[in-house]
Amino acid sequence: MNYHSRKLLKLNLAPWRMAMVGSLLLGGLAVVAVRAFYLQGLNTDYLQGKGDAVANRNLTLPAHRGQVSDRHGQLLAISTPVESLWARPAELKLTTAQYAHLAEVLGMSAPDLTKKLTRKTRGEFSVRRPVTPEQAVRIAAMGVPGLHLRREFRRYYPAGEVAAHVVGFTNVDDLGQEGVERAYQDWLVGREGERQILRDRRGNTIRDLAPIKTAQMGGNLTLALDLKIQYLAHRELAVAIATHKAKGGSVVVLDAKTGEILALANQPIFNPNNRRNYQPGPMRNRAVIDTFEPGSTIKPFVAAAVLERGLLHPDSVIDTPETWRVGSKLVRDVHPHPQMTVSEIIQKSSNVGAVKLAMSLTPQQYWEVLHRSGFGQLPGSGFPGESAGRLRDASTWKPVEHATMAYGYGLSVSLLQLSRAYMAFANDGEVMPLSFLKREPQEIAGVRVFSPSVAREVRAMMETVTQEGGTGLRTRVPGYRVAGKTGTAHKLVNGRYAADRYLSSFVGMAPASNPRLIIGVVIDEPSGGVYYGGSVAGPVFAQVMAASLRQLALPPDAPETATRMTQNTPPVVARVGGGA
Amino acid sequence: MSRLNLILALLLVACALAVIQAQHRSRTYFVELERLKKQARVLDEQWGQLQLEQSTWANLARVDTLARTRLGLVAPPQDRVHVETLTAAP
Repeated sequence: MNYHSRKLLKLNLAPWRMAMVGSLLLGGLAVVAVRAFYLQGLNTDYLQGKGDAVANRNLTLPAHRGQVSDRHGQLLAISTPVESLWARPAELKLTTAQYAHLAEVLGMSAPDLTKKLTRKTRGEFSVRRPVTPEQAVRIAAMGVPGLHLRREFRRYYPAGEVAAHVVGFTNVDDLGQEGVERAYQDWLVGREGERQILRDRRGNTIRDLAPIKTAQMGGNLTLALDLKIQYLAHRELAVAIATHKAKGGSVVVLDAKTGEILALANQPIFNPNNRRNYQPGPMRNRAVIDTFEPGSTIKPFVAAAVLERGLLHPDSVIDTPETWRVGSKLVRDVHPHPQMTVSEIIQKSSNVGAVKLAMSLTPQQYWEVLHRSGFGQLPGSGFPGESAGRLRDASTWKPVEHATMAYGYGLSVSLLQLSRAYMAFANDGEVMPLSFLKREPQEIAGVRVFSPSVAREVRAMMETVTQEGGTGLRTRVPGYRVAGKTGTAHKLVNGRYAADRYLSSFVGMAPASNPRLIIGVVIDEPSGGVYYGGSVAGPVFAQVMAASLRQLALPPDAPETATRMTQNTPPVVARVGGGA
Repeated sequence: MSRLNLILALLLVACALAVIQAQHRSRTYFVELERLKKQARVLDEQWGQLQLEQSTWANLARVDTLARTRLGLVAPPQDRVHVETLTAAP
């Protein structure tokens, strides 16, 4: 086939025209090739980045902080997502009408809002954190450039001030600041995850580009706290503080069998849900952090030390003159009796008797008993900032100190520490390790402090405190036998003991036949005229103990006469114990 | 020989279509999975908020006040409580 031979197809073209068309086409090709080389070869990183930015997304997977609940699952702290309003001043464009609308939504005056938004800051700042869900919807509907909502988690404390001292609180960045929130920060905190995804035009996720780093949610915590008992302790303490016009106070409720802290309340209180007014005073967990001189509540340990040596029996009689001189110090009894048994010394809280008992021991022997009971050492609850109290080495004791130590001056303890030490009497000589967390009974191994017989003898002595002739008549709980010890100590003010400032305390246990609960109460500076531990701290103890025993459905152990039934009122039947 | 080629070519086309089909299904499922995950997250958050609401209503101080004022309840005094000890069932 020879086209040139066909007449019809024969073209009479000038050669330059051929050359022209050819070079134009080639030129165009060259331009495309250069451009392609420029884009693909020289500029590829930049363009690939742009492309990825459209289709690829790096997502952070949110992780929330773990929940804290009481032993029955009642919530004490929970993190829940909330929206907060952020502004980027550089992009902010608002009309006057929009200002007014936004001010109305946020519930603040227009000038205030304007001042806030026209702040000269680079980057962005939060306008309101958090906003309510309704506000969030209305703000989103406005669609103002430069204003955006951001999701973050906020911590809520449903029990509020009732459990505030134990649970503690977190700061704005979700870091535990106080209490359990701080102690278990590492366990509670959530760790954000990350994933890279490919998106299509409509924003659907198509596939993962890299292995997903899963978010780790914070672990949940179950505390030993029983919220009902905690509430009762909180309420009764608040009532007592108000009636006696006291400066503060604490209540600790321990499970004598397991060492769990069932309740721990302090006054004054603070609201962990309101972070506006930070005041360090009310936030302090006094029961764990503050120390005081225990006063007469130390006397059962003197009795235990003496009994342990086999020097005396509970019924051994001791001469107790009204005053007794040790060095330059004159020890005095408020209600003197010429002769008392060891048991009566505890019952009537005789200082002279206690001093004579303690002086029959060497300082080393007495120190050893106090040390073994946990005084001067950290109680081991794991609470941040818990104090060890103060117990000086026996070799540095002067005779006067040896004597004052017998009625609780010259050493200091925290309420938690003191209540823990009483566990030895409640638990037949064994002290269980303290715990703010709920735990299973089989996990626990106690430490033997006293022999079972000594512990029982001292407990029997402490039971007489709540009987006729004792100092703790107002600590009685109907239906139950109660053992405990009152304490009234002068406060140390500027290095001197103030004559009119007291710390009233009571530590006790019930049911005395087989104690299940230990409750320690201390009231700081009651100024309503009454200041004896039995009258100020005692009623708080009795109220909390009665309610807690009922809460735990423990069978009464007092003799029948105490739980008599009246004829004219129909009984309320409570079923207790037994079972298959 | 040419027949074998033809069969192989058809097979190849069929495989290619199957790959497309599988890819499409995988994307649909993936989108569905993402949607459900998101839903799960939303429900989880709702659950948290409901728990919070529940515990606010059940706040003991509130229940205490309501029981005393609105319902007029009191704790039974000890002399009106009769304790029964249950014996073990045979």
